[in-house]
Amino acid sequence: MEIPYTVEARPDTGIYNAKVGIWLFLASEVMLFGGLFSAYVLLRVGAEPGTWPHGWQNVTLGTINTIVLALSAITTLLAWVACKVGQFGKFKFFHACTLLFALAFAVIHLNEYHEDLTHYEIHLTNGLIADGHMVENNLKEDYVIIEGRTVNDEKLLYDLRSQKVEESEIKIPRSEIKDMESYGPWHNTYMALDFTMTGLHLLHVVAGSVVIGYLWLFGRKMWETDPARFTNRVEVSGLFWHFVDLVWIFLFPVLYLT
Amino acid sequence: MDATVQQFPPYRKEDAPHAHDEHGHEHHKPGFWSGYVFSTDHKIIGIQYGFTALCFMLFGLFLMLLMRWQIAHPGMPVPIFGPLLEKILGQPAAKGIISPDLYNSFGAMHGTIMIFLGIVPLAFAAFGNYVVPLMIGAVDMAFPRVNMASYQAYFLGGLVMFISFFIPGGAAQAGWTSYSPLATSIPTHGQLFWIIGMVLLITSSLLGAVNFIATIIQLRAPGMTWLRMPFFVWAQFVTAFILLLAFPPLEAAAVMQLMDNAAHTSFFLPTGLAVGGNLAHISGGGSPLLWQHLFWFLGHPEVYVLILPAMGIVTEIIANNTRKPIWGYKSLVYAVLAVGFLSFIVWAHHMYLTGMGTKISTFFQATTMIISIPSVIILTCLFISLWGGSIRFNTPMLFALAFLPMFGIGGLTGLPLGFNISDIHLHDTYYVIAHFHYVVAPGTIFALFAGIYYWFPKMTGRKMNEFWGRVHFWCSLIFMNLVFMPMFAQGMAGMLRRMADGGANYSAAVNARGGAEVIGGLSDNIMALHVWILWAAVALGVAQIPFIINLFWSIKHGEKVGDNPWNSTTIEWQTPTPPPHGNFTREIKVYRGPYEYSVPGHATDFTPQNEPPSGSPAPTVATAH
Amino acid sequence: MSDSHETKTAAPVQTHDEHPVDFNAYARRCGFIFVGILCAIGLMLWISYLPGHTWALKSALILVVAAFNAFVVAGFLMHLLSEKKMIYTVLGFTVFFVAGLFVLTIYAMHDFPTGTQMH
Repeated sequence: MEIPYTVEARPDTGIYNAKVGIWLFLASEVMLFGGLFSAYVLLRVGAEPGTWPHGWQNVTLGTINTIVLALSAITTLLAWVACKVGQFGKFKFFHACTLLFALAFAVIHLNEYHEDLTHYEIHLTNGLIADGHMVENNLKEDYVIIEGRTVNDEKLLYDLRSQKVEESEIKIPRSEIKDMESYGPWHNTYMALDFTMTGLHLLHVVAGSVVIGYLWLFGRKMWETDPARFTNRVEVSGLFWHFVDLVWIFLFPVLYLT
Repeated sequence: MDATVQQFPPYRKEDAPHAHDEHGHEHHKPGFWSGYVFSTDHKIIGIQYGFTALCFMLFGLFLMLLMRWQIAHPGMPVPIFGPLLEKILGQPAAKGIISPDLYNSFGAMHGTIMIFLGIVPLAFAAFGNYVVPLMIGAVDMAFPRVNMASYQAYFLGGLVMFISFFIPGGAAQAGWTSYSPLATSIPTHGQLFWIIGMVLLITSSLLGAVNFIATIIQLRAPGMTWLRMPFFVWAQFVTAFILLLAFPPLEAAAVMQLMDNAAHTSFFLPTGLAVGGNLAHISGGGSPLLWQHLFWFLGHPEVYVLILPAMGIVTEIIANNTRKPIWGYKSLVYAVLAVGFLSFIVWAHHMYLTGMGTKISTFFQATTMIISIPSVIILTCLFISLWGGSIRFNTPMLFALAFLPMFGIGGLTGLPLGFNISDIHLHDTYYVIAHFHYVVAPGTIFALFAGIYYWFPKMTGRKMNEFWGRVHFWCSLIFMNLVFMPMFAQGMAGMLRRMADGGANYSAAVNARGGAEVIGGLSDNIMALHVWILWAAVALGVAQIPFIINLFWSIKHGEKVGDNPWNSTTIEWQTPTPPPHGNFTREIKVYRGPYEYSVPGHATDFTPQNEPPSGSPAPTVATAH
Repeated sequence: MSDSHETKTAAPVQTHDEHPVDFNAYARRCGFIFVGILCAIGLMLWISYLPGHTWALKSALILVVAAFNAFVVAGFLMHLLSEKKMIYTVLGFTVFFVAGLFVLTIYAMHDFPTGTQMH
């Protein structure tokens, strides 16, 4: 029993089954990320004026990630083209690049999460606010050391683009700390959106890498018995990967640049 | 390879003479696990979905009975099952009495289970999986392994939901709508389980939707043009699109609520939120309305997911049992497409009382009224189809006929809810409960019963018992109406939803001042209806027993029938019974529309879609089957 | 499994339409596309760091550039520009619904009954 049009296109639609399937799935993914983006717009438009953060993300790392992902999109396409011209070795090369770029993206991004989670906003008993990266937080000691600054108005912490921030090492006795919170998703809605949207995106990066990795590792067998079908699989997984890049194309400016 | 003709193996080797001498076909006899549990065959998966869904629906019915007891006799221990509840659930069911929190969890889970674990899997996944590939002449779904994965995701989601009853703190208690901030403030992990369960169920539906759409687009047999497809396939096609595009925003919202619950974010938690009198330790800045918008963006299209497959089933059965074509096939098709499209832009009629302004409320009111037009067109076509028909009143037809007025009542009672003015009075009352139960219970569920009785012979080669089918029908019809009709009165009198004491706190009896009835209180007559409803609900539950027994008994002992016992024109009946792996034993080519009944001058009163026109050669290699 | 299709050779079957594929031509096109993407990224960065404009204006401009970037990726890398009508139709409906989700939700949360708005 063989299902028709798994490889060759159906004449009236001009497409093979898996391609229909992946585009339908991508349509649902547009709605998924669309839901998140609509949440972003709504929460940002509804925020108190002056409380929406600017410049909290590391634009350099974000730009590098954008370039890395764009490169991976190119290598994904070229891997598929290599299959179309029958050059399996080229396919292996280009998708190896894709996987390396994906790894680089993930590592850089996880590093950004780490930076966020070690960045603290500390409310002091004297009414001031200390804000910076945790350098030393030894529980046996009665102080913490951060690399940052002290401000008297929380509003100054929001728009980092419009100020020059002078950072220095500050030692704070624990007795002066009223409360202390890291820049995790709990910190404010902007961080919540950032972690959730980029987190979901990262999950998609991982999922895409798993699929491409599977084809890369175990593809030779199908390539030798049914190269057209294998090429289609490469194309379909490539389309998913390109979508992942597409989402980042909007995530990057929305979270890093605006 | 001729690209215009599907390549089928001309026949199964097993069917050829002396085929049993040949061997070495690995797919010939799969073992128990790969044949019934990890099957990729759409028929097995359809049955898996159906069986699981029916079990969950029975569980949901049971939850409802417990709730109706509490409403009619608040604070009294549940008879028979009270000690059992106490044993299983502990403190929330102390002394066999359903505590308010437990009532709330029953309410939330009854809704969730019936919709997402019961009706959608049964109407869409079970019937769709079994019948759609057969109806379009395909060998299977386009992606069989994705199909298996979608069932497994559903099963896991159901398991997570079921387990949530037994964790400390109990199951989710914030309604099937899980509104924030309540959903984040309730001190139970049941809410987390609910979200995780929903994510699994949404995944299952998305995979299923992709499969259905791709199959219908790509795997129609030669000659099966779009306008020759049975209406059931159109209904499933639109349903799949609705699931595909409407579920993801809810998934996004569920992820955000998960973050609120587990990571202390404030997506939906407003600044200044106080829980239990204390300021919550959250960042604030969130919006509870955002959850509502994202939820109902799915929530409204979801109700069309519940009704469209039912309409499809009823159409097939009516055509078959009136022995004449459906009136207005093209109107039906355009109407169902319109319903699917419009269903995406009506959602905020569930939110009229959230303080929305008049402009936006008017917009949603307008689209809500407009969407009633194609719905009425569909119902009208079905009614007109009965005119002049030679009606056979078998059990499937009885259920299908009852669907029409029952859905009519449900639909008409939706109109005052769709107008934002009258909705001010009716929102969140029992009127709403009566409205949507009329559409889903004597509406969709009747259609699903009809479908089970109708397609049972194709699955098993036997008919279900007709007498007990009629008993099931009449009892269900009468008791459904006795349960839900009084609720319209209760709702109009102002009785609100989700009250664990059945409204006792608001009743005139409790609030009487010096013997005088309080204006706005619930009168004794209205409160007395609770007891009647309880008895009707119990009777309704009992009425399902003959159905359950009939279902299992008939598998082995029902009246044996041939491949096409209803003399139907659609091609799912052109297979052996039960259909083998690969479905058809000869090449399928479609020559005509789906409802060629009583064609003048024809020898028989039905012509199957794949029967060659007289004078044409038969398709190659038909077996003598 | 008694499959009836012929075993394919290692030579690729051009499963869609067109003209034979020239790898180097494709690679060159990809180079241009990548340069285009880099330009878009640079432009967005430049707009973002422009002093003296409101964030609303800058965001709008940046999103326009991002949309162009997305068009390039979708159109060329996903070859959506040469895709079949059916795919377009599905995506068209999707875009309509996502737009509805955005617009109607935001409108709904900023429409107030007369006289009830606090500020």
